[in-house]
Amino acid sequence: MIKYFLPLLLVVSSSAFCAVPLKDHSAPAKAIVTAFQDTSGLSLPKGFAAVKIADGLGVARHIAVTPQGEVYVKLAFNKRGKYQNGILRLVDLDGDGRVDTVEAFGKISGTGIAIKNGYLYASSDEEVYRYKLDNKNVVIHPNEPEKIITGLINRHQHESKSIVLDNVGNIYVNIGAYANACQIQDRTLHSPGHMPCPILDSAGGIWQFKADKLNQTYADGIRYATGLRNVVGLDWNTQTNSLFVMQHGRDQLHDNWPELFDEKTSAELPAETMYEIHKGDNAGWPYIYYNQLLNKKILAPEYGGDGKKEGGENAINPVIAFPGHLAPDGLLFYTGNQFPERYKNGAFIAFHGSWNRAPEPQKGYFVVFVPFKNGKPVGNWEIFADGFSGKEIITSTRQADHRPCGLAQGPDGSLYVSDDSKGTIYKISYQGK
Amino acid sequence: MKKNNHCKFIRSMRSIVKIGFIKQLVILVGLIGSSACLLGQTKALNDAAQKASVKRGEIIYKKVCLSCHMADGGGVPHLNPPLAQSSYVLGDKSKIIYIVLHGMTDRVPIEDEYYSNNMAPHSDLTNLEIADVLTYVRNSFGNNATAVSIADVKASRLNGVKKKK
Repeated sequence: MIKYFLPLLLVVSSSAFCAVPLKDHSAPAKAIVTAFQDTSGLSLPKGFAAVKIADGLGVARHIAVTPQGEVYVKLAFNKRGKYQNGILRLVDLDGDGRVDTVEAFGKISGTGIAIKNGYLYASSDEEVYRYKLDNKNVVIHPNEPEKIITGLINRHQHESKSIVLDNVGNIYVNIGAYANACQIQDRTLHSPGHMPCPILDSAGGIWQFKADKLNQTYADGIRYATGLRNVVGLDWNTQTNSLFVMQHGRDQLHDNWPELFDEKTSAELPAETMYEIHKGDNAGWPYIYYNQLLNKKILAPEYGGDGKKEGGENAINPVIAFPGHLAPDGLLFYTGNQFPERYKNGAFIAFHGSWNRAPEPQKGYFVVFVPFKNGKPVGNWEIFADGFSGKEIITSTRQADHRPCGLAQGPDGSLYVSDDSKGTIYKISYQGK
Repeated sequence: MKKNNHCKFIRSMRSIVKIGFIKQLVILVGLIGSSACLLGQTKALNDAAQKASVKRGEIIYKKVCLSCHMADGGGVPHLNPPLAQSSYVLGDKSKIIYIVLHGMTDRVPIEDEYYSNNMAPHSDLTNLEIADVLTYVRNSFGNNATAVSIADVKASRLNGVKKKK
């Protein structure tokens, strides 16, 4: 049935799962998961522990976990990759929590993956496919996916097509803008912006399609939201019953407009932004960017801005904003019961880590938590899981050992994080106070 | 040039002084020695010129290139290609000069890896600045390749034709 059965090269040592409680496990906490020693190298809040369930998978982008606890990984593969397939199913044959074999299938290189109503959805950089699942959520015909969306624009910049589904049969696809700031000449010193920006007709937004209709094109979809430069992390919030997205803010304020922005300012600005999206929303790219220090929408220099003039009167405001260039690639609203109460319905965000803060040190490479109440962020964001990069200071992005990308919640309420640098899958669990 | 001068010198010595073969040989050996010394001096001058070019190039690199290609020339995985040990950097000079002048928006694999971001053209840099920054790049981050000259850049501007191997 499944064509390739490949042994997993690096799995955690068996000691990683030995049932030894953590040393500070003094109070008789209600341990929901079997306690294990943390060998992940991550730093986590007290009571949490992590383990690498798999390693060396390749460019592991987004992930999805089945109700049976099996992990599907979406790969962006290339010639040099270990797998020449785009979807991995990590199989734990004996149920001990360790991945024993990896099944690879689907010639679809890309980012998006999701499980919904008996189907596994997966995207390339131009198309979205789905695979029927059996009653154990195993793909029935790995070589016969149904193509549900086709012909999405891919001009090799912000090409990832992230996907998420709602509960009434729709699928949402990010179509990233194939430019930094819609300049006449992309990423070029003093190049002005196109007016209006022609990219927005087919990219720079979120498109809505039917989850069960085959061969849909742009004509079958709806531009659900526009003015979003590039969204990689997105999730459907079941509490608010609405879409939330993480936008990657524009790059190169200093490089392109050095007289307006010095290097330090350009490292911090603009914000990476979280938006709650309703049909017809416009987040303002490329005409504005968000300054998280002033909490204002600022006119982009490509459109006559000077770093101070405000703009985007009709553009929505973010629900929360983060420092510049951290690259939010994964978003997940936590609905599990394993973690302490304050995490319920809050947002986890996987920050891939920056490049456009140079020559300042790079930042990110961590998973953040934002507490939510009644569908709105409350209080500040906090670093939940850190240490992915394995380095104190990163000056060049390539120095980071691991880079968080995708997030998924397991049936037991554990949080899974994928790393697309070394292809590591982490499982983070709460073990008690 | 110098070799020709030496040959002329030897011929004139032979015709004017009419010295014997052994003496000629002795003089020739002496001349070879001195010309080797001259060549050595030329090399030293070239080295010094290259060092100066690399030094100037580093300043330009930090100002124009570093934000995408990083301080160590490592680039950014999947976005901005590395310059360290890159066939694009180390190979035919005209290729990398062309990219600096015209930018790069092609979707082509570099060492089997695709990079998403477009590169801006930098034709506003002077020929000297481009020669310097490329000489720096070709001799940094573990790279070791010949210098790029002003004439190389000038030729590429005049050509304006993409040269690909």
